Amino acid sequence: MNLFVDAFNWILDPANYAGPGGIPVRLVEHLVFTVVAVLLASLIAIPVGFLIGHTGRGRSLAVATSGGLRSIPTLGLLTLVALWVGIGLGAPYVALTVLAIPPILAGAYAGFEAIDRSTIDSARSVGMSESQIVRTVEIPLGLPLLIAGIRSATLQVVATATLAAYVADFGLGRFLFAGLKTRDYAEMLGGSLLVILLALALEGIFTVVQRLVVPKGVAFGRPPVDRARSARPGPGMDPAITKGNH
Amino acid sequence: MTWIWSNLDLLWDRTLDHLVLSVPPIILSFLFAVPLGWLANRYRAGRGVILTASGLLYAIPSLPLFFVIPAVFGTSLRSPLNLIIALTLYGVALMVRVVADGLASVDTDVRQSAVAVGYSGWSIFWQVELPLAGPVLLAGLRVVAVSTVSLATVGAVIGAQSLGSLFTDGFQRGIQAEIIAGIVLTVGLALLLDGVLVVLGRILLPWTRRAPTNRRTLRVARMAEAPA
Repeated sequence: MNLFVDAFNWILDPANYAGPGGIPVRLVEHLVFTVVAVLLASLIAIPVGFLIGHTGRGRSLAVATSGGLRSIPTLGLLTLVALWVGIGLGAPYVALTVLAIPPILAGAYAGFEAIDRSTIDSARSVGMSESQIVRTVEIPLGLPLLIAGIRSATLQVVATATLAAYVADFGLGRFLFAGLKTRDYAEMLGGSLLVILLALALEGIFTVVQRLVVPKGVAFGRPPVDRARSARPGPGMDPAITKGNH
Repeated sequence: MTWIWSNLDLLWDRTLDHLVLSVPPIILSFLFAVPLGWLANRYRAGRGVILTASGLLYAIPSLPLFFVIPAVFGTSLRSPLNLIIALTLYGVALMVRVVADGLASVDTDVRQSAVAVGYSGWSIFWQVELPLAGPVLLAGLRVVAVSTVSLATVGAVIGAQSLGSLFTDGFQRGIQAEIIAGIVLTVGLALLLDGVLVVLGRILLPWTRRAPTNRRTLRVARMAEAPA
C-alpha cells in the first residue's frame, strides 16, 4: 500500500501542476483529444447508422466492416499510422477516429432495430412521412442505444489516448511513459490512477445521460415481454455496442 | 516482404509468447465468471453489486491497469503474470454479465419442470441451466477471446513480449512490414482461437448445430412459435 501512498503524494505534489507538462495541461489535452475524436467518428457513423437502421439495408456489410475493424489491435494501427504520417497528433487522431466508428455505428442502427415494428407501422399509417418517422419516432426511441454506443466509443478513446502517448507527446499517458523511462513508479502509478479516475468519471456522466435521454413512458433496458424469454442476448448487451477495445 | 521471410523465427516466437499471454485469461475468466454470474442471477442483492463492479472494472483502461496490478498483487511489471491477471480481470468483467443473462434466459417452465421431476438445485444447474445457457456463454466467450488477443498486444509498450512487440519494435526501427505482420498475426490468432471455440461449441452443444443462425430465420422461427 506504500506504493499507493507514493502515487497519491505524486498526484498531490504542487510541483506536478505547473508548466506545459503539468497535470492540468495533460488532462485538458487528453479530454480535448477524446472529445474531438469521438465527434469526428460520430459525424461519420451516426448518419450512416441511421440510414442502415431506417432502411434495413447494408446491415451485414456494416457488421462485417466494424467486426473487422474491431479485431485490429489498437497499438498496431496506432504505430502503423504514426510511421505513415510521422510523430505527432495526426496519427492518434486518424487511428482513434477509425476505432471509435464501430461502436457508434452499431449503437445507431441497433437503436433503430430495437424499436417495435408495429410502432413504426403505426407512425406510417397515421400519415407520417419517412423523414418525420426518422426524426420524431426512430431517433428519440433509438437514442438510449446510440448513447450507449457513444459511451463505449468514448471509453475506448480515453483508454487508447493513453496508449497514443507512445507515439505523440500529449495527454495523461505521458506520465506513464515518462515514469517508465526513469523507473519512477510513483509517477507511473499516479498517472495511471488519473487516467482511471477520468475514465470512471466519464462512465458516471454517461450513465446519467443514458437515463436522461429515455423518452417519457419508455422503460429503459426492459425488452418487451415476448422477447424476454428468447435465448438471444437482448439489444442492450449486443457485444457490438458494449465491447470496447481499451 | 523480405523482412518477413528473414525473420520467421522471431514471428513464431512472438506468436508463442502471445498464446501464453492470451489463452490462460480466456480459460480463467470463464471459470471465475460462471460462479459469479450464477450468484448475480440467483440473488437480487448480488446482481447489483456484481454487475456494477464488473461494469466499472471494464471501464478501466488497460495500460493504467497494467501499472496498478503490480502495486496490488506484488507482481513484477514486465512479467507475463501481470498481464495474465489484468486480461483475466477484463474477461471476467465481460463474462459475468453474459453468464447472468444466459442463465436468466433459461425458460422458467423448463426450470420448474426439472424441479417437478426431482432434480436437485445442484443438478439443475449442471444438467439444465448451464447447457441451455451454453449458446449465450459461447457467444460471450468468443468476444472475450478476440478482445483478449487484441488487448494482450498493449503489454508490449511496458516491455512484456508478445505480438505487440512487433509494433513497438517496428515503430522504433521504422519497419512497416514488421507492424503489418504483427497486425495480420494478431487478427489471425484471434480468428484461430475464435474458430477453436466454435468447434468446441459444436462438440459440447451438439443440439445447437441445426438451430437457425441468422436473424431472418430467427425472426421467422419466433413468428412461427408465437400463438396466432
